[in-house]
Amino acid sequence: MTAPVTIEAVTHRFGDFTALCDIRLDIAAGEYVTLLGPSGCGKTTLLSVLGGFVAPTEGRVLIGGADVTRLPPARRPTTTVFQDYALFPHMSLLDNVGFGLRMAGQDRRRRDATAREMLELVGLAHAARKRPHELSGGQRQRVALARALAVGPDVLLLDEPLGALDLALRRAMQDELKSIQRQVGTTFVHVTHDQEEAMAIADRIVVMNAGRIEDEGTPARIWRAPRTLFAAGFMGETNRIPARAGGAGLETPFGTVPWDGPRGDAVLCLRPDAVGTGPGALAIGPARVRDAAFFGTHTRAHLVPEAAPDLVLVAHLAPTELPEPGAVLTLSAATDPLTAFPTE
Amino acid sequence: MSRAIPWAYLALMFGFIYLPVGALVLFSFQDGTLPVPPFEGPSLRWYADVLGDEDLTAALLNSLLVAVGSSAVAVTLGFLAAYGLARFVLPGAALLRALLIAPMTVSYLIVGLGLLIVIQRIGLPLSLLTAGIGHAVINLPLAFAIIYASMGGQQQNAERAARDLGAGEIAVLRLVTVPMLAPAILAAFFLSVTLSWDEFIVAFLLTRFDVTLPVEIWSMLRSGLSPRLNAIGSVVFLISVAAVVLAELLVFRRRR
Repeated sequence: MTAPVTIEAVTHRFGDFTALCDIRLDIAAGEYVTLLGPSGCGKTTLLSVLGGFVAPTEGRVLIGGADVTRLPPARRPTTTVFQDYALFPHMSLLDNVGFGLRMAGQDRRRRDATAREMLELVGLAHAARKRPHELSGGQRQRVALARALAVGPDVLLLDEPLGALDLALRRAMQDELKSIQRQVGTTFVHVTHDQEEAMAIADRIVVMNAGRIEDEGTPARIWRAPRTLFAAGFMGETNRIPARAGGAGLETPFGTVPWDGPRGDAVLCLRPDAVGTGPGALAIGPARVRDAAFFGTHTRAHLVPEAAPDLVLVAHLAPTELPEPGAVLTLSAATDPLTAFPTE
Repeated sequence: MSRAIPWAYLALMFGFIYLPVGALVLFSFQDGTLPVPPFEGPSLRWYADVLGDEDLTAALLNSLLVAVGSSAVAVTLGFLAAYGLARFVLPGAALLRALLIAPMTVSYLIVGLGLLIVIQRIGLPLSLLTAGIGHAVINLPLAFAIIYASMGGQQQNAERAARDLGAGEIAVLRLVTVPMLAPAILAAFFLSVTLSWDEFIVAFLLTRFDVTLPVEIWSMLRSGLSPRLNAIGSVVFLISVAAVVLAELLVFRRRR
């Protein structure tokens, strides 16, 4: 089952602190959306508002067109996968997964059958009789997922579900989450602070900061052409070049590039992989290598450009290049799309 | 040599704890009229005597009834208080907690006298019920403290997950909170039972015609030493041990 979600002008305050400020967001049925942001940005509060654990100070939440703003968690078509899994330690996996169906009044035979199917979906059918403490972290995570999916929610909420797993397992579980979402078709809303995780699984990323939405869109769009400086910085490493917007375009220490943004001080963002020794729209010119290290898929180098000796650029060069410190390279940067923001 | 010292210390310590009990049990098998050396026997005549005594067996059953009943009440009230204070933000919660635990520091004599005055003022006749009320009063703070201490974030998150999956408050308590706290609840219950089982002062003050076992033993003591008392003591000890073993099997084994 699946349903669209509409968040209408939701504001939430804890005392004097505004955790969410005028959040407006439409999520399509069957979409996989991640809420991405640093801790304290309001992403978990927004998830709690969707799940019914927090009633927003202002605004409405609609799921499948119905206003659920004041409904308690038990009466919403949502279920949550909690960060610490919150499994019932005194029940077998089968009973854990069947709990929601038991609450819905299903008899044991039917709910056991559904619970078995769900455990099958997450690859734990063989462990149905085990207790949660006999499982590894990744397995507990799968049980929590199966338990939340067993009741057939329209919307599944995931609160940093992979936060407690080690890196390799986290990457494996990302792929699995995405494939399970494709199979069940439920709308997934997934909170994370890991931008790689967000890019790996989301159809759409919502970048949040200080209770507001900074940017939303496909991972590629936010990576290539972020709407705000915060989104540019949070999605990954970027070189910030101080610049000034004038009549001719954006004046940088390396020359002027066409830009139709407002006049005044600005900052140009260049991703490390956009800076290189090949051809590019913006000629940075000669730059001295401070250090360089081999990273497998690329060589990461810190360089001081001669045109702006107080800047240090980070560049991802081809893995076959490993310049010695002190060497001088001629750099240029790709500026399509141009990412620049006015600074106040 | 240095290894022998800890063992000697261990033996001395256990000797100190168990020698009086050992002597009591040994002389309950005395085949004479005085529980003093030399040991003559063994004989079960005092056990036959004790178990044939209607007053004593009645007191024993009374004690069991009071212990189990008052413990059930104390644990239920203690659990509800702990749940309320752990899950909800209440004005003056710290003061309420302190007030619940404070009676632990008051001597049983004072609690018993206070209850006696109150019970007589409201005109309730002294009986096993009033003794049970007294034991519930003295065991409630302990039950509350044990259960409150074991309420943590883990249960709270599981309760939240249960509500998310459609459980009402009663279902949350019945299917999640109580089963997850079962070790603490059972531990509180068995501790209450053993404390009530050999409590004397409150039971002495708050009973009249039907008495509990410690009160009955006390009245027998006035007629002097007899291996009969040793036999009763052994039976009391055996029942306490049974409660401890049961607690071990039910509570602590499962936790491992």
